[in-house]
Amino acid sequence: MPTTIVCDGNEGAAWGVSRARPDMVAVYPITPQSSLAEYISQFVADGIIDADLMDVEGEHSVLSVLQGACLAGARTFTATCGQGLAFMFEPYFRTPPLRLPIVMSIVTRDGITPQCVWGGQQDAMTVREVGWIQMYCESVQEIIDTVIMAYRVAEDRKIMLPVNVCHDGNYLSYGVEEASVPDQDKVDLFLGEKNTNWHVALDPERPMGVDPLTGGPGGAGPAMFARYRMGLCEAMQNALEVIPAVHKEWGDSFGRHYAPLVEEYRLDDAEMAVVTIGGMTGAAKDAVDLARLEGKPVGLIKIKTLRPLPVEALKQALSKVKIVAVMDRAVSFGCNCGPVYQDLLSVLYRLDKRIPAISYIGGLAGADITEEHFLNVIETAASSLKDGDLPQQPIWLNEKE
Amino acid sequence: MKKQSKEPFDASTIPDNLCPIATEMSVLQTGDWRAERPVVDKRRCVKCATCWLYCPTQCIKEKETWFEANLEICKGCGVCAHECPHKAITMVIEEEE
Repeated sequence: MPTTIVCDGNEGAAWGVSRARPDMVAVYPITPQSSLAEYISQFVADGIIDADLMDVEGEHSVLSVLQGACLAGARTFTATCGQGLAFMFEPYFRTPPLRLPIVMSIVTRDGITPQCVWGGQQDAMTVREVGWIQMYCESVQEIIDTVIMAYRVAEDRKIMLPVNVCHDGNYLSYGVEEASVPDQDKVDLFLGEKNTNWHVALDPERPMGVDPLTGGPGGAGPAMFARYRMGLCEAMQNALEVIPAVHKEWGDSFGRHYAPLVEEYRLDDAEMAVVTIGGMTGAAKDAVDLARLEGKPVGLIKIKTLRPLPVEALKQALSKVKIVAVMDRAVSFGCNCGPVYQDLLSVLYRLDKRIPAISYIGGLAGADITEEHFLNVIETAASSLKDGDLPQQPIWLNEKE
Repeated sequence: MKKQSKEPFDASTIPDNLCPIATEMSVLQTGDWRAERPVVDKRRCVKCATCWLYCPTQCIKEKETWFEANLEICKGCGVCAHECPHKAITMVIEEEE
């Protein structure tokens, strides 16, 4: 029988991990991920998780030991955020091309400096181009379920890539909800046989050089390098097929269905779309409902899977409207807009018609993105649509508060 | 150590665009980079295997009564000469042939 509990997002993630039966977990605490690290440690101490727990000296070592464990055949988990993720970047960059199916929660946090310890999505957004699959959750239940599904996605033989399950620091990490922890036997059946190193192994019985030298100005090297890069891109594209299939199977087995790539909310007869990602979505849906009561033709597009970018699903959703308002909890300093906005521009360009888009930046360093904020977003998008006057700069939500 | 029942690894069963692995030594001839070569004094070598243990490219080959570097792979870093407790290895500058 599934167990119903009341917990926050960090505990939820730890319960999800427990059901995936990892062999090795490594953690280094950092706000707002710390309690997740503590729950994992407690679960190992209590025997709820039967895994080796590595208490290492920093995040660089955390991911490095998990790479070794994964190469030796272990199912692995870790979690980090913010500066911890920054310190982890060197092994983080190497994990996808080594094709290691490691699952890692990012309890998203804003980047310092300026100093802050609160949520934002700057950390995960900054590393989104490195080859990890990134899925963003909206509720505690979705965290539990997505952590488990992440192993199916990561270990799929057509994918073999690491997965980040992202949940918003503070709002989801400490937000408490009722949630169901699925039955262990059913999860065992869902996840199937574990084999993380069929392709590459630290194993005296099958000696091989792992990650030999490639590249260079000529000869066989550049072609080898290009081949592996193309293989990684191909695996990311395969994930766009596998992620929906895994979500469907999960829904059929456990009764909880989630939009795997992109969720469309009240979009079919909409002229405007608000685009959201992660925990902000609830407030945005409430604002859409209120605006609808006033007759405003607005809908919502929620992105669950940001990497790989679900181009076709986004094209389908975006083509239904006349203007798009994109909310980001992070900043693309180089492009003077939000990172999700920047991604969506590349999708909008592939449509036959021109659909204008406005970049909104809010929720930085723990700021709440409220229903009222989203009502203002809908208001400005509506007047832009009416006047044809499109803001050329991002609109900063908290600038004048 | 317990023997594993696994089949011996067959690299041809792995997609060639997955993860960089090597089952043959040095497709790239890193020996071409060498500026100095290690020369072993066979009278001094006692086969203690210190050079074999320290070699970063693991290119030391075992001979009847001595060890020597595989020069197709040896980059000439000199770690073996530095570590040899019997000073049996000398680094000699490569001359153009």
